[in-house]
Amino acid sequence: MTFITQSFRCLAGKVSRFLPHLPFRENSSARRLNGVCLLMVGAALLALFGADIEIYAVDPWQELGKIGWGLLLPGWSDLPALLQALGYTVAFALLAVAVAAPLGLLLAMVFHWRPIRLLCAALRSVHELFWGLIFMQIFGLSATTGLLAILVPFTGVFGKVFAEIFEQQATQPAQTLPPAATGLKRTAYTLLPQSWSALLSYTRYRFECALRSSAILGFIGLPTLGFHLETAFKQGQYSEAGALLWAFLLLIASLRWWLRARLIPLYLIAAVWLLPETIGFSGGGSLWQFVSVDIWPSALRAGDGSGLLDWLTMMFSEQVWPGLVQTLLLTQIAVVLTGVLVLLTYPLASRALVGPVMRWPGRLLLLVLRSTPEMVLVYVLLLLLGPSGLPVVLALALHNGGLIAFLVANASDAEHKSRITRADDPQGLKRYAYVETPRRFPAMLAFLFYRWEVILRESAIMGILGIATLGFYIDSAFEEIRYDRAFLLIVVTALLNIVVDSVSRRLRRQALPDTAQ
Amino acid sequence: MSIVRCVLVKALLLPLLIILPVLAQAETFVFTAIPDEDESRLQQRFGKVADYLSDQLGVEVRYIPVKSYAAAITAFRNDQVQLAWFGGLSGVQARRLVPGAEALAQGFEDQFFKTYFIAHKSAGIEPGAELAEAVKGKTFTFGSKGSTSGRLMPEYYLRQAFSAAPADIFSRVGFSGDHSRTIAQVQSGAYQLGAVNYAVWENMLKQGDINEDKVQVIWTTPTYPDYQWSIRGDVDQRFGQGFKEKVRTVLLEMTDPELLASFPRKSFVPANNSDYAPIEATAKAIGLIDQ
Repeated sequence: MTFITQSFRCLAGKVSRFLPHLPFRENSSARRLNGVCLLMVGAALLALFGADIEIYAVDPWQELGKIGWGLLLPGWSDLPALLQALGYTVAFALLAVAVAAPLGLLLAMVFHWRPIRLLCAALRSVHELFWGLIFMQIFGLSATTGLLAILVPFTGVFGKVFAEIFEQQATQPAQTLPPAATGLKRTAYTLLPQSWSALLSYTRYRFECALRSSAILGFIGLPTLGFHLETAFKQGQYSEAGALLWAFLLLIASLRWWLRARLIPLYLIAAVWLLPETIGFSGGGSLWQFVSVDIWPSALRAGDGSGLLDWLTMMFSEQVWPGLVQTLLLTQIAVVLTGVLVLLTYPLASRALVGPVMRWPGRLLLLVLRSTPEMVLVYVLLLLLGPSGLPVVLALALHNGGLIAFLVANASDAEHKSRITRADDPQGLKRYAYVETPRRFPAMLAFLFYRWEVILRESAIMGILGIATLGFYIDSAFEEIRYDRAFLLIVVTALLNIVVDSVSRRLRRQALPDTAQ
Repeated sequence: MSIVRCVLVKALLLPLLIILPVLAQAETFVFTAIPDEDESRLQQRFGKVADYLSDQLGVEVRYIPVKSYAAAITAFRNDQVQLAWFGGLSGVQARRLVPGAEALAQGFEDQFFKTYFIAHKSAGIEPGAELAEAVKGKTFTFGSKGSTSGRLMPEYYLRQAFSAAPADIFSRVGFSGDHSRTIAQVQSGAYQLGAVNYAVWENMLKQGDINEDKVQVIWTTPTYPDYQWSIRGDVDQRFGQGFKEKVRTVLLEMTDPELLASFPRKSFVPANNSDYAPIEATAKAIGLIDQ
């Protein structure tokens, strides 16, 4: 857990530094904060009108009962297969992070170049599953596909976050270097040593994210946990699904015991050895075919201008626009709901609010929320609420709320440990309302803004389950072997993501000037 | 020190990862199959099919599991697999992408496959010889987007009955992704109606997974050809003259009930590309395949 605490500190470094002074700040900062919150909530309320969030009268109890029993009485007959899937899940995540983190570090050093910033934004704007679908066309079902699907977007994320960590470092040490020293030397002698612990703890945090991504890649056919999980849910074998979910929870919960710096080289060698063998793929593939033919509409290849226009008009009016609108609306509602959920759940896991013992059930709840793949949550909610965007919104809010609440609770605990308590400290609800929440709020908001683009990517992805976000049309295009459509839609999704990312950065700067660069 | 070592290991790994796929053996005969139900323990079950094929054909045969028809088509097109057990529609799509590819054999049941339209009792739709007008305005789910029995044929018959696209007939159209899930979602009332592969319905009924007080069949489509084995056109060059015919014979002679149960089919019977012309025409008619 400590590494997440540390990563929290590094991400919200400036936030936590200014937190104790919050009550003494001038009024305008609080007003700005309120303004941005109001704007977000208002937008979400407006989105409620346009979003597809109907509730259907359903009769889910037979199915939900089966799911409940499966979770309570997990069973798995084939232990070697389970261990193998766990092994693959860890191997993909570990190797991908081991390659992506150094690459991200290199990119972070030249992050001031606009093309590099754009490159990073582009890499991370496409979800791992979509990268996976793309690489599968080129590298088949292979270890390469799995590794690239994680490491490509992660490189973009590492580049951005490492650059932000660098920017938070004091500049005095760099000023002691001779003026002629090159950028590389500056990085090596000042920035790296200064930010080393922050870089490491963030990398460890991303490893947990990589485990989730790796598991989820199983949904498109890689042999990780998600492969069996998808099958089990599809076939209604809920005790097997339960076993897989519990195994994954244990994997995440036990990270702090097995993820040791000294053991990592050993793990890396083991991971290479463990990687699934690629069967039947001779390496040629159809890279060139894919890049030069498949992804371009046939009208464009034929030089048929009016045909291309027809195609674009059809795509825009039937898929791009409706998908884009639904994705944005659902995302907006999910972001605000995530915030509400954080406010409701973080106290359950905080030492200062519920005490050192009672926080453990809360922590378990948050662990379950953040580790259960959203796809699984959506599936269960779909049975409960019927088919609409509502299950997607709720699942995203539960998952991301669990994640942020966990970070917020950790920050609260970290501060609690270091502070001297007073006899007249308020307790209970008063403490929640007047002490903890105001102190945690700016950092929570900062996280929410960070997660905004993630929630957007994920609500696009949820389309795979049949809710008409952009992912629905992308998935359909892949299913219909229409890569030209898939390519256009992925580019649109990526652009949307980049726009939302920059809006969220601007809002963050508005609301929390102290966290912005 | 450990950092240096760590970095070194990483540096050594990178090229290794990129060349991994190239190291795979080329002259293994690889196939894939997605059964229309029970996708658990695929490797174990189809591993036995691979052993059978290997014994009979005298070459190394491997099986790779895939998650979707699209993934099977991609693997077939990329020559990662040379033989595949496709649905009717995915077979047509795959053979269009691989010149010379041929349908070899179909399941006995696939000569006259059909789709059941099912409804939750609360929808109040009575079974009949025609698709009832009352289905209009209800919620409806297909199976997977690329499925013949869960998508292509039901959509075709819906369009024929109502001269409208499914989205205009129903208040909501979903894709459950799988036949078992279609049944589960209609049974739970998440959708009022669904279209499902008849064989999956019959089997789940037999196993007691269906509560007929909640969900029932309201209409059955006319029959159409479905699942088939398709093989790439270049296998004779790679595995020797007459290899394609040998594969066909070996498939038709597969009689071990344990092997057949994996698909699950009674037996395999000969098939050829022209058997699937109706499927291709239907797919073109509803715009799933470009003209």
